[in-house]
Amino acid sequence: MTKGKTLPAFISDHKLTLLVMASFFAITSEGFAQQATEQGSFSISEPGIMIMILLFLLPLLIGILILVFKLKNLFRSIEKSDVKQEARNFAAYLNELDEEQLALVQKRKENLEYRTKANELSGTLPPEDARGLVVASIEHVSPQFIAPKRKALPRPAIDPRLTKLILWFIGTATFWLVFGTTIGEYLGIKFVAPDVDQVSWLSFGRLRPIHTNSVFWGWSSLAMLGLAYYVVPMVSNTSINNIKHGWLSLLFINASVVMGTIFLAAGINNGGGEFREYIWPVMLLFAIGIVLTLRNFFLTVAHRKTKEIYVSNWYVIAATMFVIVISIIAYVPYWQIGLGESIIQGYYMHQGVGMWFMLFTLGLIYYFLPQQLNRPIYSYSLGILAFWAQILFYTVIGTHHFIFSSIPWSLQTTAIVGSVGMVIPVVAGTANFLLTFRGGWNKLRDSYTLPFFLVGIIFYFTGSLQGTVEAFRYTNLLWHFTDFTVAHSHITMYGIISFFMWAGIYAMVPRLTGKEPPQLLVGAHFWIALIGLMFYNIPLMIGGTLKGLSWMEGKPFIDSVVLMAPYWLWRAIGGSMMWFAHLIFAFNLYKMIAKKTSPDIKDLALEYMEGENHDKHAQPSPSTM
Amino acid sequence: MDFFNNHKYLFGAALLLFLGLTLAVAILPAISNQNNNAPLPQAVALSDEAAKGKMIYIAEGCVACHTQQVRNVDMDKLWGSRPSISADYADIKRTDFWRNTATLMGTERTGPDLINIGNRQPSSDWHLLHLYNPRAVVSQSIMPAYPWLFVEKQNPGKEDIVIHVPDEFRKKSSGSLVASQEALHLVAYLQSLKQTPLPDGTPQPSFLYKAEKPDVKEMVGNPEEVALPDGQALYSSNCQACHQPNGEGLKGAFPALKESKIVLDENPELFVKIIMQGYDANPAFGVMPAVGINNQLLPEAVAAIMNHERTSWGNSARKVTAAEVKKIMELIGKEVPQ
Repeated sequence: MTKGKTLPAFISDHKLTLLVMASFFAITSEGFAQQATEQGSFSISEPGIMIMILLFLLPLLIGILILVFKLKNLFRSIEKSDVKQEARNFAAYLNELDEEQLALVQKRKENLEYRTKANELSGTLPPEDARGLVVASIEHVSPQFIAPKRKALPRPAIDPRLTKLILWFIGTATFWLVFGTTIGEYLGIKFVAPDVDQVSWLSFGRLRPIHTNSVFWGWSSLAMLGLAYYVVPMVSNTSINNIKHGWLSLLFINASVVMGTIFLAAGINNGGGEFREYIWPVMLLFAIGIVLTLRNFFLTVAHRKTKEIYVSNWYVIAATMFVIVISIIAYVPYWQIGLGESIIQGYYMHQGVGMWFMLFTLGLIYYFLPQQLNRPIYSYSLGILAFWAQILFYTVIGTHHFIFSSIPWSLQTTAIVGSVGMVIPVVAGTANFLLTFRGGWNKLRDSYTLPFFLVGIIFYFTGSLQGTVEAFRYTNLLWHFTDFTVAHSHITMYGIISFFMWAGIYAMVPRLTGKEPPQLLVGAHFWIALIGLMFYNIPLMIGGTLKGLSWMEGKPFIDSVVLMAPYWLWRAIGGSMMWFAHLIFAFNLYKMIAKKTSPDIKDLALEYMEGENHDKHAQPSPSTM
Repeated sequence: MDFFNNHKYLFGAALLLFLGLTLAVAILPAISNQNNNAPLPQAVALSDEAAKGKMIYIAEGCVACHTQQVRNVDMDKLWGSRPSISADYADIKRTDFWRNTATLMGTERTGPDLINIGNRQPSSDWHLLHLYNPRAVVSQSIMPAYPWLFVEKQNPGKEDIVIHVPDEFRKKSSGSLVASQEALHLVAYLQSLKQTPLPDGTPQPSFLYKAEKPDVKEMVGNPEEVALPDGQALYSSNCQACHQPNGEGLKGAFPALKESKIVLDENPELFVKIIMQGYDANPAFGVMPAVGINNQLLPEAVAAIMNHERTSWGNSARKVTAAEVKKIMELIGKEVPQ
């Protein structure tokens, strides 16, 4: 519509998107009236279950489509045999023709086969590339095991001081990624071998919050901020307001995670709420770091040289404001007696994910995806719609972590309705990103960053809608408290956020340092992380479902522990792959920053020549210095 | 639009929207909840030991795997006699200057719910052994072991509480394992976790999503031979943690049911009584809690458990009927007015 199309044309262009949206609403409207469902057994006709199955059948459906096309080709080859028969008949007919008729046919054949020589328009001069259009020519052809990918294009120079700051953000983030997932990996092993150690500092209950908090506040937050220190001034067409505050911010956040980790290992925590395990003095350090960055971003936007505020900055700055708000609300004690604490907890843990990580990351994608595809975002307005819809619906859904708890029923219902409302920003965002890809799918093949974006987009769609579906009352009955939740949080925080972070880092760092990561290892990172995530998630979802069913059937609790054993083993295997992928990523980052480049012959030669000239001219005229 | 080109207006509007919604769905409901709920009249405040134990529960991050809430759905029935309500948590206030309120409702149930564990498993012997190494009592458990809550002593004093750990779970040492103060506090906390009864006359909140139970009378022709529930499953839920899947119990802690005189006795009266009211006659073993009363077992369930015990692990005694058990239960009820 933005390109002046008529409405019917728009609808026919976007039939699929609209259809998907409509069908979701049709199904989910039934989702509210679930209370009356009589229960006890697994009911596949429950809308929640149906949508969840649909989400994971999507890849299968695509497979079936491909199969249909293949079958079509098969039919075509069968058709060919009919054609052959006809050809034989025709040959027999030609044999029977007399001389005169044959001459006519021959003449007609020559006429039909007439072609120009294709060089009528070229001259006779030897070729010359007067404008230097040909940059490189392949001189030898040898079989290649890795398809060559495009190199990052040189960008306008960034202030080296800012470059250094950004690289420190990304570097420390990567440290926390490796640290946090090493812990996570170890936790996964403990499900399979609970007596692997019996050291108090390494016990499950203490390590679990260390894992979650270091990947939240360490890895994801620092990586996002690092990328934003590049994006915010870039789209404002100005320089960052205050680099020193950026360094302070980096320092405070890292100090917060270091101290938080030590406290948690020592058994000093805030008393239970997820992602709220750091005690307030530790979280205060984090908040100070964020306030410094918010001020920095806000003033950068205030001094922008563009009239509009690019949509990336809407998302980034809003998310940074919101994370401060939610931290204050979560740590101020006035409304936290009794269940008040749980109401705040539901609000806090969900806003942490949705209003900090997701909102912020979406903002970054609105910059990096168009940049990598070298085309504008499909619809700016859709991005703005998603922005307001996200705030409107996401804010109210916190309580869906406590369905059927003693938190007021009305609040639970609000949360479920809000969860369904999330379909709007999610479908709008996904459609926007995929339509930005439209006509540029071929670029996917040549790029080592775009696959990361694509995986992030797919998980944004499936992961977010999975969250919606999990909020329904029936599905809550089945999946709440089980390992399904763990799978969901990894699909979102890993499949969406981490993949987008990697996409952004691989897109940005070569532009800052001029050094490319080893292509083979980027591919290895991508595939090992993706396959590892699948090995992690799918067993946990299957196992979680079986666990929920076992509980619903009233079987002894220990049965549900026993039945999970193989699924936990698969999770540990998937987790190991993910962890290994992070080591590769860390190495790639090292290569992008510190790779030793062999000196360029041409540049060196030029330098020598200049040196010689300089020596020659040095004596007669020192002024040339 | 110019409105959106002004960063102050734009971000101001977003912030206001967010704050407004936050106020409506988080802050106001939280304040109203804490102002409009008071602890139940019969609620007992935590003792000093239990309060210290709660701090260990928090420090060790038990909430990562254990919930403390009975949802108002039928499948949660086994964790408590009624759904949890706001008032159950009303007395939980800020822990201290450094730490927030710990309602410990939890979001994962990798281990069992604990809101009523004080009723379900009151035995401190069991808890101590289980904390030292959960696999000593529940072989399939994946719960971490907490050996640092115990100390080794060569000559334990009278005051010391010694735990009897099966050899395979002991570290190589000759001393006795004694529960530390921390371990005792933690167990005191777990024992204090009991659902408070609602005041008389208050309607019990109901469990939703009731499981459809087949009509037993229609299934079996002979009304005397009413089909009993699955005895093995009930044994596993109610008895196995102490008496073990093989019925052999644990030396020095929990007696064997295999070849037990009481289990095999032709007259099941004492057997039913022990299941319902608990037992503390043999000083060589720990105290058995009143499993039947605590877990509100019906005569059918008790009969099923008894028959499982009377016919497994080489035991062979005649099966009892639900009617028989019901009679004995009524008799016990008159004997000891509870």
